[in-house]
Amino acid sequence: MSTGFIENTAGAGAARYAQKRAATGRPIRSHNPSTRRPGWVTYALLAVVFAVSVFPLYASAMYGSSSTQEISRAVGTLPRFFPTLTLLENFGEVLSASQFNFWMAFGNSVLVAVAVSASTVFFSTLAGFSFAKLTFRGRQALYLTVIATLAIPAQVGTIPMFVMMNDFGWIDSLLALTVPGLVGAFGVFWMTQYLQEALPFELVEAARVDGASMFRTFWSIAMPAARPAAATLALFTFVGSWNSFFWPAVVMRSQLTMPLVIPQLRGAFTTDTGLVMSGVFLVAAPLLVVFVLAGKQLVSGVMAGAVKG
Amino acid sequence: MATSSAAPRAPRRVGWGQRLSRWDIKLSPYLYISPFFVLFAVFGAFPLLFNVVVALHDWHRRAGMGDFVGLDNFTWVLRQPLFWRSLENTFSIFLWGGIPQLVLALLIAAILDQNLRARTFWRMSVLLPFVVMPVATAMIFGQVFGQFGLLVPNLQDMGLMTHVDSPFFQDRLLSHVAIGSMVVFRWTGYNALILLAAMQAVPRELYEASTVDGASRMRQFFSVTLPSIRPTMIFVVLTMTIGGLQIFDEVRMYDGGGTGGGNGGADNQWTTVVLYLYNLGFGDWQDRLGQAAAVGWIFAVVIGVFSLVNFLLTRSISSSSTRTPRVSKARRDAVIARARVAAAESERRAREAGVPTIIGRTSTSDASRPPDTGRAADADRSREGVTR
Repeated sequence: MSTGFIENTAGAGAARYAQKRAATGRPIRSHNPSTRRPGWVTYALLAVVFAVSVFPLYASAMYGSSSTQEISRAVGTLPRFFPTLTLLENFGEVLSASQFNFWMAFGNSVLVAVAVSASTVFFSTLAGFSFAKLTFRGRQALYLTVIATLAIPAQVGTIPMFVMMNDFGWIDSLLALTVPGLVGAFGVFWMTQYLQEALPFELVEAARVDGASMFRTFWSIAMPAARPAAATLALFTFVGSWNSFFWPAVVMRSQLTMPLVIPQLRGAFTTDTGLVMSGVFLVAAPLLVVFVLAGKQLVSGVMAGAVKG
Repeated sequence: MATSSAAPRAPRRVGWGQRLSRWDIKLSPYLYISPFFVLFAVFGAFPLLFNVVVALHDWHRRAGMGDFVGLDNFTWVLRQPLFWRSLENTFSIFLWGGIPQLVLALLIAAILDQNLRARTFWRMSVLLPFVVMPVATAMIFGQVFGQFGLLVPNLQDMGLMTHVDSPFFQDRLLSHVAIGSMVVFRWTGYNALILLAAMQAVPRELYEASTVDGASRMRQFFSVTLPSIRPTMIFVVLTMTIGGLQIFDEVRMYDGGGTGGGNGGADNQWTTVVLYLYNLGFGDWQDRLGQAAAVGWIFAVVIGVFSLVNFLLTRSISSSSTRTPRVSKARRDAVIARARVAAAESERRAREAGVPTIIGRTSTSDASRPPDTGRAADADRSREGVTR
């Protein structure tokens, strides 16, 4: 078939396609992204992205491995490119610093993050089960309310929240960090979305017919079905709680959490940049471990949220 | 339960268990959603209302509620040059963090949307910054942008910078660029994965079809990919707006937060609204909860309006590219018209030559487009009022 005719009937692009096809004798590679095998340029770009991603933590470890003299001599470059034992010595000094109690802060952070994640997962799944699989008056309106609360900028309520915490006597108490975070709109939304698809009505009905109570149905049917989404929600809640800085900075005084250790570093070690940076690395490292273990799940969590959200 | 038999029967006794189960069905749904609503009422809705009360009073950390002052706190805040400066800073940092972030996220998503080797590894490496504590990032970036960091001495060597101190801490604009880069660092990969998920949901036939239509990869990205991921773009821009305007961690720790630090620079070059609110309420030198609450309310309104503007903007930007079908419809009509003319032409010539009239098999196919065909098509096009 002539390309000229194709150009007349189907357009210039189709003609070009036909021409290429005629020249090679097989269909030309389409630009369909999912089948395209990328060339080295793609991998080079990805390598740059990777380097940028790891750079800050890497840099903090390199600074943390160096003495003050080495750092002041290394102008315009990192003081070194491989970690040394100095890093471990600095870790030791940060851990035994008298100005703040690192282990106490670590314990506080773990306590708060675990409590908040566990409770968020439980109550979100409970609410999600109710919204997704039970029928009751006002369900739609209530669910819309949940979604609407997602758009409220949280930090606007900081001052009244502080006043409330003051009245409760929760200033400088871990309760102030834990109780307001026990369950959130995002978690309810997340679990509802998931259970709508993952939990068949037939299973719920079967359990009811077998005489299971509502809670029994939830516990034995909905909870296991929700496990993948629950794990992802727990991860996100944990990361969020662990990294949160603003609210703890408002309500905590002497009790520290991990992020609150960071402002203490300059005060404790003043100009010893190596020590300060080793402290920064130490504070950021625990989540790095979590990421190595569960990063894959975080990735699929982010991507799943996008399609539904 | 209901029996339709004719013989009257004694009503069945409803046992305890059954009554309990009725209550179980009726009340459980509400019971299960109540934890969220109770918690939201206490720590979400009530503070919003209570904020009004605080904003209308003189209020201090220890003394608590003071005199009722009406709207004085609001007028006081609006008369503070620092409030306006921090508002400017917030938007400037938002733009420096937001626009590169969006462009880079799209780019990275497009790169990841291929048949990659070690796919999970690349995706994870993109998401890593998301779990790095923002205050830690701020400390490290502060070091990098500092006077003896990685950037300034090199820029000085190249003659691009003449300052003695690091301009990333002195200059207002450059400090915004530096803080914006932290935002870019943290959120680009996260958003790229969201956009990647949306891109993978685009029907692959669209790419096949547009390839056959002769679209380049660039053209496909702008005419197929972008319009298809529009709802996700809106989602990303909105969450970016609501979160990005409330930036605090990075600005607070940018200069290390040591003595005199953490207040947005000597000249408040990078003080943002939330940092301003924090300092008003809890700074060492101030104790103005009433005014801080007023800042909170004003800022909530600003965020609301700006989110709406961004929503409309994103919608119109991504829908302007979906308008292209109108153009291609016109083009399609033109192509059909041209083809009709050409077919008639070739059939006529075939008839003249006495060749069996099977369209497209004429012996003169090399010169398949007689000189007048184009003109005929043009005439067709102009008749249909198509303007290109």
